[in-house]
Amino acid sequence: MTRALGLVPAIALATALFGGAVQAQTIKIGVNEPLTGAFAASGTYVVNGAKIAADEINAKGGILGKKIELVIEDNKSNPTEAAAVAEKLITSDKVPVLMGAWGSSLTLAVMPKLMEYETPMVVETSSSGKITTTGNPFIFRISPPSAVEAAAFKGIVDKLALKKVDFLVINNDWGRGTAEDFSKMMKDKGISIGLVETMDQGAQDMSAQLSKIKSSDSETIIVTTAVDQLTLIFKQAAALGLKKRIITTGGSQNPDQIIAQAGAAANGTMHLTTFLPWFPDKTPNPEATNYFISEWKKRGFEFAGCTESFRGYDGIRTAAAAIEKAGKAEPAAIKAALWDINIKGLNGDIVFRKSGPEGKESGQSQPNVYLIEINDGKVEMKTL
Amino acid sequence: MSEFLQHLVNMLVLGGTYALLGIGLTLIFGIMNVVNFTHGVLYTFGAYVMFIVVQQIGLNFFLALPVAVLAGWLLGAAIELTLLRPLRGSDIDTTMLVMIGAWIAMQSGTLWIWGGVAKSVATPFPEAPLVLGPVSVSWLRLFVLAAAALLILVTYLLINKTSLGRAMRATFQDHDTASLMGVNVDMIYTSTFAIGSSLAAAAGALLGPVYVIFPQMGDLAAVKAFAIVILGGLGNITGAVIGGFILALAEELGAGYVSSGYRDAMGFVIIIAVLIFKPTGLFARAERVG
Repeated sequence: MTRALGLVPAIALATALFGGAVQAQTIKIGVNEPLTGAFAASGTYVVNGAKIAADEINAKGGILGKKIELVIEDNKSNPTEAAAVAEKLITSDKVPVLMGAWGSSLTLAVMPKLMEYETPMVVETSSSGKITTTGNPFIFRISPPSAVEAAAFKGIVDKLALKKVDFLVINNDWGRGTAEDFSKMMKDKGISIGLVETMDQGAQDMSAQLSKIKSSDSETIIVTTAVDQLTLIFKQAAALGLKKRIITTGGSQNPDQIIAQAGAAANGTMHLTTFLPWFPDKTPNPEATNYFISEWKKRGFEFAGCTESFRGYDGIRTAAAAIEKAGKAEPAAIKAALWDINIKGLNGDIVFRKSGPEGKESGQSQPNVYLIEINDGKVEMKTL
Repeated sequence: MSEFLQHLVNMLVLGGTYALLGIGLTLIFGIMNVVNFTHGVLYTFGAYVMFIVVQQIGLNFFLALPVAVLAGWLLGAAIELTLLRPLRGSDIDTTMLVMIGAWIAMQSGTLWIWGGVAKSVATPFPEAPLVLGPVSVSWLRLFVLAAAALLILVTYLLINKTSLGRAMRATFQDHDTASLMGVNVDMIYTSTFAIGSSLAAAAGALLGPVYVIFPQMGDLAAVKAFAIVILGGLGNITGAVIGGFILALAEELGAGYVSSGYRDAMGFVIIIAVLIFKPTGLFARAERVG
């Protein structure tokens, strides 16, 4: 037994050496996503989108003459794990650039590690304003911050005749940040803000919060959370006979999954989203959108995941474009090159503008935001 | 007022399921003295059995429920035979570590087989709720409440009115004396663990379709089950039932009138308060010393 155990380090060493030899042939991109825990559905979709991008790039010969290799790690929907995973990817896998970490709280937990190891990260999903305003020059975000979502939504509030709204948001940086940014915008528009209720990210029963909202005098609820919790909220709201207009934000709604799992309870709900896979012709880049959707379907993934997975696709293409522009797979060169890229994303051009305190700005791209409504189990587009 | 009534109705439907979670654990943790960390996974297992039987095999929802209970019973018996039986007589820490290992292994197994994306189970109940004046409740939740009440009643009668129940209580009070009186002690250990497990699986099978099913769903459920058992007193079935309703009431009123952000912290607050002020639980029977 002791002798057998003695073999283990030898095998590990051999694997490391052999692995090292193989890895020199590829350029690594670290992917830090929630594959288990409360955001498992969303994180898995993003990773699947990322794989499509990597395969597409590799099929065309890779970058700088090498294939790209995604090193995918699960951050378990847990900020502590997200930071640990980032450290592992940078120090052990030696990735020169990362993509991650889906949730705002997860990304915020990773950010000090990026400073420590001076490695850039493409942020594909997170929407808390704090991410690009606290002065972390290694952050390059392609998803809209909640203030941008709120600004896009501003145009339609008169048409919807909003008077008083309640909030039901996930109790983390994402949810609380959204409630703050939307409240600010709505107060400017003369809309009153009623209750601001929160829910734990793993919570399954929101009946208490919804009962409270049911008795309030508002006519609209703004809900911010990911798809699994949204499904539960629609079902539980219907069970409570709550008849207020529900509008969701955040872009992680996967409307088709909601239609499939919440059924009639989803009818009449509106969603602020960042991708239109139902109407490829209305997207900024129809050709790429059609390619992505057909590739997604070809791999047998559920169509519902498109609204989430496109970010993984765009995120990896962003990182790859920066590596190509940098001419070498080194963190500092990639960071500098990220400022110069201009690629056609599935939801608008990806060009980074400076955001945050001078001298240590983060990069922020300006994607489009759309409003859709579910009616009779179908997705309809509303004009913002 | 109508809001308060709605909170009370929510508390009733939630409390019934909490009670069901609690009695399964109180049998194993309270009576057998095994700190059962697999309770949450058995709950998850029951929910996945529903998913397989209803969504993948296509069997009737009502027939799937007993299948899930039976599957939970078998898995519980298997855990007892393979893990707990060889450890009998060893100290509580060793058993606890083995159960933590079993929990992690089974949860990872679930993740490996079904992946992390949540699943849902279709039910035969109408989507429109039952509306009574200002109060509204879904038919599925009412059915779950009734089923939970039935299971609780059956368990209560089993423990207190049958010879198996008497043998169970005797075995865990004094293992040697029970053995001398002709009780098949090995069989009692296995069946107690299996019954507790089948109750956890039943709770998962009933609540899985209400919520969504994913590998970590049992973690929060297990924490709540421990809170309920500690609240009600170890091994006390009536205590676990009342504990379930108290926890549901604290969560509902806490979220409704204090702060919804702390809703799921209520369970922990209750554990701490009970351990400080009444460490044997609110409804513990006086324990014989010496």
